[in-house]
Amino acid sequence: MTVVRPRSLSEAIDALSDAPDADLLAGGTDFMVEVNFGHRRPQRIIALRRVEELQGWRRDNGVFDFGALVTYRQIEHELADELPAFAGASRTVGSPQIRNAGTVGGNVGTASPAGDALPLLTALDAQVVCDGVDGRRTLPLLEFITGPKQTARREGELIVRIRFDRCSGPQHFLKIGPRNAMAISTACLALVADTDARRVRVGSGSAGPRPMRPDEAEAFASEAVDWDTGDIASDDLDTFAEMVAGATAPISDHRGTAEYRSYAIGVLARRALRRAVADLAGATS
Amino acid sequence: MVRGASAAATQTATRASTTGTITRDGVRGGVGTNADRPDGVPKVQGRFGFSSDAFAEGMLWGRTLRSPHPAARIRSIDTSAAEELEGVAVVLTAGDVPGTATFGLEHPDQPVFASDVVRYQGEPIAAVAAVHPEIAWRAVQAIEVDYEELDPLVDAEAAIDAEPIHPDGNVVRHIEVVHGTPDDVTGEVVVEGTYEVGMQDQAFMGPESGLAIPDGEGGVDLYISTQWLHVDRDQVAACLDLPAEQVRVTLSGVGGAFGAREDVSLQVHVCLLALRTGRPVKMVYSREESFFGHVHRHPARMHYRTHADRDGTLVKVEARLIFDGGAYASSSTAVISNACSFAAGPYRVPNAHVQGWAMRTNNPPCGAMRGFGSVQVCFAHEAQMDKLAAELGVDPVELRLHNALETGDRIITGQRISGVAPVRECIEAAAGAPLPDDDLGEPLQFPGGTGRTADRGDVRRGVGLAVSVKNLMYSEGFDDFSTAAVRLELGADGDPTATVHTAAAEVGQGFVTLAQQIVRTELGIERVHLRAADTSIGSAGSTSASRQTWMSGGAVKGACEQVRERLLERVAEARNVDLAGARREVLSLRDGAIRHVDEHWSVPLTDALVDAPVEETYEHHHVKTDPFDEHGQGDAHVSFVFAAHRAVVDVDPGLGLVRVRQISTGQDVGRALNPRAVVGQIEGGIAQGVGLAVMEEILLSDGRIRNPSFTDYLIPTALDMPEVDITLIEQPEPGAPFGAKGVGEPPTISSTPAVVAAIRAATGLDLDRVPVRPDDIALAHADA
Repeated sequence: MTVVRPRSLSEAIDALSDAPDADLLAGGTDFMVEVNFGHRRPQRIIALRRVEELQGWRRDNGVFDFGALVTYRQIEHELADELPAFAGASRTVGSPQIRNAGTVGGNVGTASPAGDALPLLTALDAQVVCDGVDGRRTLPLLEFITGPKQTARREGELIVRIRFDRCSGPQHFLKIGPRNAMAISTACLALVADTDARRVRVGSGSAGPRPMRPDEAEAFASEAVDWDTGDIASDDLDTFAEMVAGATAPISDHRGTAEYRSYAIGVLARRALRRAVADLAGATS
Repeated sequence: MVRGASAAATQTATRASTTGTITRDGVRGGVGTNADRPDGVPKVQGRFGFSSDAFAEGMLWGRTLRSPHPAARIRSIDTSAAEELEGVAVVLTAGDVPGTATFGLEHPDQPVFASDVVRYQGEPIAAVAAVHPEIAWRAVQAIEVDYEELDPLVDAEAAIDAEPIHPDGNVVRHIEVVHGTPDDVTGEVVVEGTYEVGMQDQAFMGPESGLAIPDGEGGVDLYISTQWLHVDRDQVAACLDLPAEQVRVTLSGVGGAFGAREDVSLQVHVCLLALRTGRPVKMVYSREESFFGHVHRHPARMHYRTHADRDGTLVKVEARLIFDGGAYASSSTAVISNACSFAAGPYRVPNAHVQGWAMRTNNPPCGAMRGFGSVQVCFAHEAQMDKLAAELGVDPVELRLHNALETGDRIITGQRISGVAPVRECIEAAAGAPLPDDDLGEPLQFPGGTGRTADRGDVRRGVGLAVSVKNLMYSEGFDDFSTAAVRLELGADGDPTATVHTAAAEVGQGFVTLAQQIVRTELGIERVHLRAADTSIGSAGSTSASRQTWMSGGAVKGACEQVRERLLERVAEARNVDLAGARREVLSLRDGAIRHVDEHWSVPLTDALVDAPVEETYEHHHVKTDPFDEHGQGDAHVSFVFAAHRAVVDVDPGLGLVRVRQISTGQDVGRALNPRAVVGQIEGGIAQGVGLAVMEEILLSDGRIRNPSFTDYLIPTALDMPEVDITLIEQPEPGAPFGAKGVGEPPTISSTPAVVAAIRAATGLDLDRVPVRPDDIALAHADA
């Protein structure tokens, strides 16, 4: 087994050109577990932790731009005010030790249906920037993630940045796990009430082969919400919940049944919108 | 104890009628005090050596090949490719076992290596030793086994009449308890229910590990995490065809046990590898392998009918208990015996008809776990008591008090309770503890925790209570004695020093502390050394059945008393004092000296010990018990212990999520010899009981484990652990050393049904199975 530890993006890409099929190691919170279980026997590893260009986040001209190596801890502590749903989602990831190691780029790269960062990135139409031997390209998240633990990343390519437009208005993240902390999600959902576009935006997790975007439910809710008063009819909340639940395609596994997941996503959607609308009412009153 | 780590972060209120220190002579750290653990600081600092840290120069690494199938015939095993790998020292299969081909705690029905038939997923087929763990792993992969898969038998009830999957048959034990005249009586009110308990894992932190070192003369030294050194030794010796004295077993640092280390796991394999290679061999299971490498708690299906008069007086209990023991017997015979004995709970029940089956299936083997048979039936009998209270329209607490056992009452196996039975006091303490604030607290404390799924209006609170009974020590005529040696001498600095030696397995429960406390109290010596537990002394029995305080504590106390007698005799001889008959009382050991009661002289201990040390060995036996007769009647148990738990639970019915807010408990402890250690046991036991109530289950699919990891087998975190309010009920137990009862198991038994009763109260749902899953609440709630 060989391990290469590049310090810059160009060194990383050089390493990839030498070994396009090498395993990429960031925080290791998925990778090392698989190694410990003997499910993954890596031959060549490119360890990215030292790559300068992949560190840190910034906000320029209304765009949030995250280096792939930004950790959950950074998001949890540095973005609690600006991106509360992202910070909240990060808080639900594992233990503090795991949050110190796990990265947003890793979450996207692993593309687990249960990835906790993915619902909000979905709701915010995040873009995934890849770089590599054949140059740089940018893909929408839902084009990058093609299925459960499957992505459009090519050999010789790595994720360098995750970007999305800044979005005004309330945002909420709700996650169900089998215990009250340190749990992999059974079902989770992020909702943003985009007050500029007057649009409700939703992403759900553990609800299908990849993060789910309930377009029709979003359109319905965007109409149903009174954006000026911060109000919505209770019946409309129910309809919205049913529509979001209907836009899921979960599996049954040892963490939950498909029936429960769909149902629970509906409940989460209802509560998330209820909270967002209450926030709007609070802001207008 | 390891699991207590999560509990340490929570608030615990303790109420106790403590009688204060009973230490003689003002010696610090005696019986009744919160003496510090001798291994506490090293454990916190990471310096404590666990068995997985063991190392020997030139050692090899052992690894086990396990069956991927729960049921299969083995057509052939080809080890040649594995043997040819560079760095592989040996590959062993069933044909290499020199002695008995099978082992087992109660019946030797489990092969060391499967050779013709595989009966559970994970059953060992072969073991290898290699110079590096990675090479051992590759060697295991290189062994080719040709299996013919069979349909696994996974339904314990169906197994009663199914084709036997083992030469010993599918019924490991059937017990029928007939008490009173059950055929002739019927209650005015009858409630009925069927209950299920899922397969819980002990989830200790330190996976199985051990180091075997051949002695060059055909024998072996084994350093191992275990609960009972001598039964390990005897099983290893039988399989290795060695006399017992050629297998020397020393306890290595144990990272938790909870019953899972009672059975042999890697002991035979690692010793066999060491003897065959002539080199030290170490084995350490991974977390995943650990789930396949030890027994679990029996899943159970229990059909109940409870009869009572209109005034709430219990008349009869009928029950059919089917316990799934998995592929091999382990301790199933004793588990089902306990389940039958305590099927009616801690209540006066004049008539009972209980049938219990411990069954063999192709599921993972099940055996000992904290609570041992009482846990399963407690979930059922307590649900029945609540059903009965609802049917009668009475308060469930009052119904329990009305029927509570007292000293002099008989349990359904006909045995009269001769010791203390403060069932009423336990219930009153648990039920009377202050309730938590009505306020739900911070959002992080709502059901759903960090997931922030609930708002205040989504949450409902429920309160439930449950009560339990269990036996202490082994039962049905078993003489599980313990041995202790105490040596008193002058240390290098000239001060008196005691050394205590037992084979009692310290698994985190704190017997090492207690042994020191007892010596300090009995001999008035503050400096007490502990020798490593090993088989060079007689057996201590198992660290299970809440028995070490009573049994090994009694042995240490007995050895101290003999040491004191020898000392007095030594001084009497030197001073020409006649100690015959009543004259024995004229000398006493007090304040570091042997004193004459009416003459004004004394001999300091330092003088009495200057020529020679005093050392005595004592064997402590409990009262003899009897086997059951054909109706399951007999004085089979040594002593009984009781506890009550009240749970306050916040439930989010919409999502089926639960946060246990508070558990208050009254526990019958006899006497708290180290109150802080007792509180630790109670907190940890409650964590394990909460786990079974709402999350802990080994999920099986056709005999295969679906969640063999701590990612998917979840145990409570600090955010799942409730506040704990503890009342220690201290009524000294006659016949028990210092009056103390064992405290380890009761916290786990009735905490589970109390939590579920509280969830029922919050939701109005029946909930007849644990663990309660979100689906069970949310989908039923959505339908309602």
